[in-house]
Amino acid sequence: MTATRTPSDPAAGRTVRRRGDRVFAGSAKGAGILILVILAGVAAFLVAEALPAVTAPGEDIPGGEGLGAYIGPLLFGTLLAAVIALLVATPLAVAIALFIAYYAPRRLAQGLGYVVDLLAAIPSIVYGFWGIYWLAPRLVPFYEWLERNLGFVPFFAGPTSATGRTMLTAGLVLAVMILPIISAISREVFLQVPALHREAALALGATRWEMIRMAVLPYGRSGVIGGAMLGLGRALGETMAIALVLSVSGGITVNLISSGNPSTIAANVALEFPESSGVDVNTLIASGLALFVITFAVNMLARWIVNRRADFSGAN
Amino acid sequence: MSQTSTTPAPATGQAPAPIGQQRGHLPRWAPWASFAGAAVLVVLLDLAFGLNIALYVLYTVVLGTVGVYALTRLVEGARKATDRLVTCLVVSAFGLAMVPLVSLVYEVVARGIERLDGEFFGYSLVGVVGEGGGAYHAIMGTLVVTALTALISVPIGLLTAIYLVEYGRGRLKQAITFLVDVMTGIPSIVAGLFAYALFALFFGPGVRLGIMGAVALSVLMIPVVVRSAEEVLKLVPNELREASYALGVPKWRTIVKVVVPTAIAGLGTGVTLAVARVIGETAPLLVTLGIVNGTNFDPFDGRMATLPVYAYYQLTQPGVPPQFAIDRAWTAALVLIMLVMGLNVVARLISRFFAPKTGR
Repeated sequence: MTATRTPSDPAAGRTVRRRGDRVFAGSAKGAGILILVILAGVAAFLVAEALPAVTAPGEDIPGGEGLGAYIGPLLFGTLLAAVIALLVATPLAVAIALFIAYYAPRRLAQGLGYVVDLLAAIPSIVYGFWGIYWLAPRLVPFYEWLERNLGFVPFFAGPTSATGRTMLTAGLVLAVMILPIISAISREVFLQVPALHREAALALGATRWEMIRMAVLPYGRSGVIGGAMLGLGRALGETMAIALVLSVSGGITVNLISSGNPSTIAANVALEFPESSGVDVNTLIASGLALFVITFAVNMLARWIVNRRADFSGAN
Repeated sequence: MSQTSTTPAPATGQAPAPIGQQRGHLPRWAPWASFAGAAVLVVLLDLAFGLNIALYVLYTVVLGTVGVYALTRLVEGARKATDRLVTCLVVSAFGLAMVPLVSLVYEVVARGIERLDGEFFGYSLVGVVGEGGGAYHAIMGTLVVTALTALISVPIGLLTAIYLVEYGRGRLKQAITFLVDVMTGIPSIVAGLFAYALFALFFGPGVRLGIMGAVALSVLMIPVVVRSAEEVLKLVPNELREASYALGVPKWRTIVKVVVPTAIAGLGTGVTLAVARVIGETAPLLVTLGIVNGTNFDPFDGRMATLPVYAYYQLTQPGVPPQFAIDRAWTAALVLIMLVMGLNVVARLISRFFAPKTGR
């Protein structure tokens, strides 16, 4: 990374006067700055279009109780679905990353990695189709079992949704969707564990699991956390799968298996936007702005964690 | 990298056994035998109670794992038993992750094959009620919008990557690198709302144009192009640049004639994957393009149909005899998956056949 800069420095000093060089360097730099402008523009235009909803009287907002009361339940639903997805996906993704990095036969490992990455390539709307038609009906017996045996836990109070299109189903679909990103980043970090650490553990008589626990996991911890947070960012903003899978009734509830669920910000925008006009549109854009701020913060934190780890890695 | 999966077994088998506590060895086939035994047991259970396939597999895996753990613990000791247990868990986790992939592909192919015919590719939905009709207009719309997106994103993305690798230094480079990373995480629906907000300021509320969709998708595609192009340009050996400078070639010609051609395979792969990433996006197009039944080739004039949005509306608003529209929705999903997978395969082929040999 730093190596590319060294030889170009003297060259740049001498040749910068040429017109071709100046034009080319300028346009390259301009493109870079344009990206910053776009990012700032996303925030600025969302704020500009959200303002009418912020200043509008409470009765004009859908629901009639003001912006906060409108976005609150949506925010709750967004966080709930994302947390379920994260709780399910993280352990699974770490196990898959370990499998590909240290358990799978060497010759198959790369191919298996591609197969997991394929999960990331499938469009989210197709996950929605799959969630409605394949996953949800198959989960209904499981939910009935949960209601019978664990009904005293508020999460599984029921009554069980007959279609299976519940918050838990939505969370599971999200979990499948964020699995590849968490496992890809974890895998990358696990493979960077210095061979000396691993071999030292094995030489001291550690079993493979002990080697992983003592050498691989401590080294890869921040990478796994960063990957999980990137997954969280993805889960918070996921739209179409939730819009299709979740059956929405509004309100706040922690009941995960009934047919009445809070919607999520992104899914709500997708469902309502095409039919909206006037201040409703501004309200939806305001909720989108809230989502943008949250995902931006989560992603920044995640990138910061991942990058900080890169600074300490054995590679440099 | 040294391979760890095979070496530890003999090494750890003998080393840690303390004096006076000599442990035996399980034969290599013992774990498999445990799972086979579990399968037989579950078949017997099946005869008694009747199980579905999911429970069948679940019980087999659970019983087999317990069997392996118990056997190893008895014969080889607790540490080896934990090791085997984790191996079983890790392999089952991978197996579990394959369930959605396999079931999803099977489901989409099985349901989508119904309408995968000439009419689907040759006709739009103009005047179609119930049976028949196709997605010609939606496929064309997707191609137009995606091409426009690539036209916007690829130059910006490539130039930015060139700036980051060849010119950038200091704060600006750091800021761009970091924000491009963060930008990859922007929710797609927010990109759509941004495009809407941008155009609504100039054209008034309720505007729907093809170009809006392209702008929204560009917000999602640019960071992907930058990231992949940056990785590839960094791989170009410095000796090539130095040799070019030594011959008196200006820096910009070095980049255009030496660096970029050397990396062209990787750049092609990156751009193809970025296209694959945006071609299936639904949410931003839902809020910027809307849907129509007729064919519209002009991205600057009114609504356009696109394949993902078409699939969404066919499924959620199927009309009176719903089955025909739902069949069309599944076929659209199948075509979408084939497009994405096809682009992924093309990307791998590009990198395999055109890549220069690197040290890895």
